[in-house]
Amino acid sequence: MSLFLRLLFRNKLAGFGAVVLGVIVLLALLTPILPLHLPNETNTANRFLRPMSEGHLLGTDHLGRDLLSRLMWGTRLSLAVGFAAALVAGLLGAAIGVMAGYFGGRTDNVTMRGVDMLMAFPYILLALAIVAVLGPGLLNALIAVAVVNIPFFARNIRGVTVGIAHREFIDAAKLAGMGHTRILLTEVVPNIVPVVVIAMSTTIGWMILETAGLSFLGLGSQPPQADLGSMLGEARSALITAPHTSIVPGVMILLIVMSVNLLGDGIRDALDPRLRSGALARPMATTRVERAEAPAPKGEGLLRIDDLETQFHVGSRIYKAVNKVSLDLKPGECLGLIGESGSGKSVTALSVMGLVASPPGVITGGAVRLEGRDLIGAPYEVLRSLRGRKVAYIFQDPLSTLHPLYHIGDQLIEAIRVHEHVTHAQAHERAVKLLEDVRIPNAGARAKAYPHELSGGMRQRVGIAMALANDPDIIIADEPTTALDVTVQAQILALLSDLRRDRGLAILFITHDFGVVGQLCDRVAVMYGGRIVEAGDTAEVLAAPAHPYTKRLIACVPELGGGRRELAAIPGLPPAVDDLPAGCAFAPRCDKAQTACRADEIDLTGDTHKVRCLYPEGAS
Amino acid sequence: MGGYILKRLLSAIPVLLGITVIVFLIMAMIPGDPATAILGSYATPENVERLNRHLGLDEPLWRQYFIWLGNLVQGDFGRSFALNRPVLDEILDRFSATLVLAGTAFVLCSLLGIVAGVVSAARQYGLADKAITFVVILGISVPSFFLGMMMILFFAVQLRWFPVSGMYSIWGGGDLPDLIRHLTMPALALSVVATGVIARLSRGAMLEVLRQDFVRTARAKGVHERRVIWGHALRAAMVGIIPVLGIQAGFVLSGAVYIEMVFQWPGVGRMLVDGILKRDILLVQGGVVFIAACYVGFNIIVDVAQAWLDPRIKT
Repeated sequence: MSLFLRLLFRNKLAGFGAVVLGVIVLLALLTPILPLHLPNETNTANRFLRPMSEGHLLGTDHLGRDLLSRLMWGTRLSLAVGFAAALVAGLLGAAIGVMAGYFGGRTDNVTMRGVDMLMAFPYILLALAIVAVLGPGLLNALIAVAVVNIPFFARNIRGVTVGIAHREFIDAAKLAGMGHTRILLTEVVPNIVPVVVIAMSTTIGWMILETAGLSFLGLGSQPPQADLGSMLGEARSALITAPHTSIVPGVMILLIVMSVNLLGDGIRDALDPRLRSGALARPMATTRVERAEAPAPKGEGLLRIDDLETQFHVGSRIYKAVNKVSLDLKPGECLGLIGESGSGKSVTALSVMGLVASPPGVITGGAVRLEGRDLIGAPYEVLRSLRGRKVAYIFQDPLSTLHPLYHIGDQLIEAIRVHEHVTHAQAHERAVKLLEDVRIPNAGARAKAYPHELSGGMRQRVGIAMALANDPDIIIADEPTTALDVTVQAQILALLSDLRRDRGLAILFITHDFGVVGQLCDRVAVMYGGRIVEAGDTAEVLAAPAHPYTKRLIACVPELGGGRRELAAIPGLPPAVDDLPAGCAFAPRCDKAQTACRADEIDLTGDTHKVRCLYPEGAS
Repeated sequence: MGGYILKRLLSAIPVLLGITVIVFLIMAMIPGDPATAILGSYATPENVERLNRHLGLDEPLWRQYFIWLGNLVQGDFGRSFALNRPVLDEILDRFSATLVLAGTAFVLCSLLGIVAGVVSAARQYGLADKAITFVVILGISVPSFFLGMMMILFFAVQLRWFPVSGMYSIWGGGDLPDLIRHLTMPALALSVVATGVIARLSRGAMLEVLRQDFVRTARAKGVHERRVIWGHALRAAMVGIIPVLGIQAGFVLSGAVYIEMVFQWPGVGRMLVDGILKRDILLVQGGVVFIAACYVGFNIIVDVAQAWLDPRIKT
């Protein structure tokens, strides 16, 4: 509860709303004892006095009545009616919703049909119909506004109740022999009270507005009694000659409704866990860069990543997802990047083209050089023109990575046309050709399919075709086969292997599966806790893994036809990268770890076969 | 698609019947005798009885409903006693004015709301976002009738940019520019609340969509950021925005009542309020049924648009 209040008041606007509303409510409560004129005391000699007149702070209206006094009494009335309407609608709506949700079946069906019918009316229209029957009057307006809002509450509360009615503690209560009434009162109602309160706090502004509206039309409070709405309605005829008589009550309605809305929003936001964690932040077009200086290039290569550091800044926490990673890729080469989930391999790959979601991602150091040109901190337009043209990506789950509402053909055409000035017809022809290249049968017709109409393997072929669209030099494949079943996986790997040979593509292949690396990659780098722990030629690493982690990863791959053998899982979990231990990150899970492993940072040593370990495998 | 439209049209029939039942029941709850209300308290008992029989009010309630419904289906909404003309004629005369007003306001609030929401989301926590959020909060809190009055005061009386009220000038008016001059202020005032609601929702929908993987794919392809936002992301976000447009259309249509009062717009809303104050029940009854039916029809259009936009809905 104190956390809730703290969150609520950290939101400045909600705090402002609470203060304004508090002052207004307090003044409304104190109105009878404040030294004011009588609200209905007419004095036609003093009609339409301007504000700041003697004895009348806000002036007078068309009958010479004191506006300040009428404003306070009107506010009092409007607030009371608004709160009452919210209370009535909330209670009745909640009662209906609880009944429907708890009993379910036919009760539920019939009630909810009725609610749907009521919701089929435009909102105010129904209120008008009810006032038409009951006749003008403030109480009738209150009833109308309350009735119109009942369906909203009933539907919300029903949803919540259905969720509760099937929980274990309700079953337990039934088994204990409790009657429906008792279960409803002791088990269900306490759980829905917060929901009702929130729904009321967000709709109360509406109710005040609506009752004021009906009064404005002359269907609510009747003279001489006045709420804010009828004050406005009466002032309308003198709008041009004495505008202050309209402005005073109008501004008051605005203030009340705005402060209620601000407070309601604040309450809702404070209760929304997604806002609390910042999970609703949008990623920008390129990853944020906060880099002091680019390190000197360590060598040549088509793509060189030098000492790359990518972090996630969430609140005051810093997650070092990529920690001084260096990789290089030569033309036509396939480099495997392997590690468990959370090891930083995907973040490394996304950092290349500035695609790490930011916020929270920040590139804090290192360089990514494509043909010698540093891309970290490069202007957006430079990165954009390289994306897809020089460096293309294939992502993991093509159902979520392809746009669900565009034909796959159009998505391919777009990929072509962002980088080349060709006509739509030419692009279409090439798109179909690309689909044929990735061995999609009946490509011309398939171009008109939506992603959800294709199988997983077909979708991934589309993803590959899209990466090939502009004949890139490099393809970064981020676990392209993980979401697929084994036979499809083999087909996709064979396809990638062929394409690489035919087109001279360099591939950075990210996976957690050493079996896949063995099939496709010339070299492999192993990542753990945001660092490279071992790198070398695939055959060499597979034959003689030097890092204990690599050895364990290789032992995880089942061998087809290799007979029955125990698969060695690695105990424990990968480290949290916001709180890395000193020394080797793998030490807590390593059965060979010594004290020295936990002391200082360990360097990546070796010539072609590099390893970051004090006691590498095979060495004695 | 054709099958979907037909299915949706058929499903509207029970809703329409439900609406007539609700309206009929509400109206049947009116205390007192309608014939007395029409003839006044000095009417002779014989006259009251004759009118009751004439209006079919001596029948049982369920028969009255079916007689009324049968007449409705044939386009007979009854006769307004205050105006002494068929209710449907009066509604149709006035509905075009309401349609012009509400339609313009709806187009305005959809366009402004979506654009504001998208800009706000694309610049999350930036200056534009904060400015839009502030305006949106003001917009959803201001009573439209008060806003309309203030607009009259400022733009019509002070600046003399627009006429104070009405739909056409009394002398020499009647053409399109004249209509636009009269329409601008009421349409804006009517659209403000809905604009705020739509902007707020669009912002949320866009923020959800912008975090999704296909947006990253579009960026990885090298698609221009402007197209990523206004094409890829907005297209996907529309799936969430369209239903809200449908709901807001109802608010705009019925909110026209206030605006028609403030700006003396000759629409159905003012007719309803006058009808209520004069206890002209048949007029109110007919008007409510007519507008509710229009709203149901509009929601079918919204659903069809939704199905057209999202190929995954194919049932």
